[in-house]
Amino acid sequence: MKRFTAWRRRPWAGYAVVLAALAAIGAIYAGFTPQNGRAEAAGIAQAQEDLENGRQLYNKNCASCHGQNAEGTKDANGKPLAPSLLGVGAASVDFQVSTGRMPAMNPGAQMPRKRPIPEFDVNIKTDYHDPEQREAAEKKKAQAEKNLADLRAYIASLGGGPAVPTADQVDPDKGDAAVGGKLFRTNCAQCHNFVGSGGALTGGKYAPPLDSDDVTPTQIYEAMLTGPQAMPVFNDTTLTPENKRDIIAYLVKTREEPNPGGNGLGRIGPVSEGLAGWLIGLGLLVLAAMWITAKKPKKLKKS
Amino acid sequence: MSDNKDHSTGGEQQPREEGGAPGRVVGTPSPAAERRLLPEGDTAAPEGAGEELDEQAAKRAERVVASLFVLAFAASVAFIAYYIGWSGRDGGMHGIERARESNLWLGGTMTLAFLAMAVGITIWVRRLMTSQPVVQERHELRADDATRESFAKTFLEGAQESGITKRPLLRRTLLLAAAPLGLAPLVLLRDLGPLPEKRLRHTYWGEAVRRAKAQGKKGVRLVVDGTNKPLKVSDFATPGGMITVVPEGIEEHSEHPLNEIAKAVTILINVPPDKMSPRMRARGWDVNGIVAYSKICTHVGCPAALYEQTTHHILCPCHQSTFDATDAAKVVFGPAARPLPQLPLAEEDGYLVATGDFPEPIGPSFWERG
Repeated sequence: MKRFTAWRRRPWAGYAVVLAALAAIGAIYAGFTPQNGRAEAAGIAQAQEDLENGRQLYNKNCASCHGQNAEGTKDANGKPLAPSLLGVGAASVDFQVSTGRMPAMNPGAQMPRKRPIPEFDVNIKTDYHDPEQREAAEKKKAQAEKNLADLRAYIASLGGGPAVPTADQVDPDKGDAAVGGKLFRTNCAQCHNFVGSGGALTGGKYAPPLDSDDVTPTQIYEAMLTGPQAMPVFNDTTLTPENKRDIIAYLVKTREEPNPGGNGLGRIGPVSEGLAGWLIGLGLLVLAAMWITAKKPKKLKKS
Repeated sequence: MSDNKDHSTGGEQQPREEGGAPGRVVGTPSPAAERRLLPEGDTAAPEGAGEELDEQAAKRAERVVASLFVLAFAASVAFIAYYIGWSGRDGGMHGIERARESNLWLGGTMTLAFLAMAVGITIWVRRLMTSQPVVQERHELRADDATRESFAKTFLEGAQESGITKRPLLRRTLLLAAAPLGLAPLVLLRDLGPLPEKRLRHTYWGEAVRRAKAQGKKGVRLVVDGTNKPLKVSDFATPGGMITVVPEGIEEHSEHPLNEIAKAVTILINVPPDKMSPRMRARGWDVNGIVAYSKICTHVGCPAALYEQTTHHILCPCHQSTFDATDAAKVVFGPAARPLPQLPLAEEDGYLVATGDFPEPIGPSFWERG
């Protein structure tokens, strides 16, 4: 002990301790590193598994129209039945599947928005009182979210393409609704109506309404980015991500605006509202006039 | 009533004599005697109708009317009570916050009051009032011959006495004096506003291109309407893209920016170059399939910008005029008579530029367009 104390007092003792500590840290790090490598390997394996899950979901739900290799299909006359999915990106998959447009049930002028199929339905009810039921619903929801993510990853792995926007990119509170309103009115309102009530196009196609709460900011962003169906594309170099966030802010904040005149009739515009007012109001007035002037002889008193 | 008898509805009967009005008609008899509005033998009401009432029914109707009047009373009282007691609550009379609620209640109670009164009165008239049938004969509109003759005589006499027929100099100078006054509205109407001159023929693109060329450039840059971001060719390379553009500097340099933007507004579309018609390719106004058309419909000037990237059609929402973006905006459907004017585009330093104004006047036809 005495010897150790004397050794401790030597001038180089401090350096020795630092060196020893560094050596110890190095040893511990070296001990852990192989384990990290194993974790990474496990992650790659997991990613492979996810991609495989995505591929299986694709084969089950999408391949019948879009082809085994997502190359798209054509009918006997060479007219495209379903487009190629190479390079459409995760954003397009997320939009089409989360709005329920894909998988499509039957071909038509346009795929309508509907409830997603159960495998991808991420909006199922989970607030059950019964804990068992709630747990089952939450598990189902997590699985649906995973399925959607895996399918996105699988399609993105085939040919890249635009990614799903981050939560920050679609936060309506961070957008400028005034700029968004201007951009919306010059580029979107012609089809979607100035408050996003939707409108008709040619040949049975239509611009869907954007004014209900189930149209999420992420879906609006993805639609602008990818141009689903007849909608034109607004890429990030034309309308920057900030511009897109402004448009989302305008749409979301317009939904919250009260209707000072009572029922807004879907905000179809002053001319159409006036027409409805005229038809209903005048109809009632005509009925009242007919009632007031209708001939109804009074009964004779029986003698 | 005698002449109403024994008439079938056939056309063989003779016109009735002049002045042979039916004995008892309520309302206006038809001027064409052989075509009657009322069916054969219709008398407006049975003899003695409406003079007496069924007492039991009358009592019921009376109670209904009275209760409607009481309802109207209650509604008017509620109106006053709400006006005094509630609408002024929390922050002054009819605060803006409560405008909807106070409008609803004030309007609702007042409507109820007036409506209940009106319905009550109508039921009163229909169910309770007795009315004697009243006959009122209607006379010929045409004055009799003696009156017409005497009027014509008086008129001619007046003309004679005034001397207007005897002194043509006076007559003609009077007409001369009145003529310029008749023409005055033409001059006055023309001065109601400035003439359009050449303004309808050109848009701000022309001036902007001139300005750019004076600075030695090829053309004016296209900027996004709303953000004023100049567009590069590479920015707009995604097939199926669409955006609304205006010439750079339109807000700073023009005298009335809103008027100028309203005319110069243009849609930029990216169509696949292989889909473009030979005619359009020969024109060479596109940059790798990026084309620009006036947004103003050539029919009546609505903004035609409903671009479908699947069919490459541009639809106008007002009257469904449809233009083909791959064929120089040719009209494929609807009432528009001319294609949308196309803006000549080129590339300069990587940016999209316009090298000239629209080659023809944009928008709907106008008088002097030719």
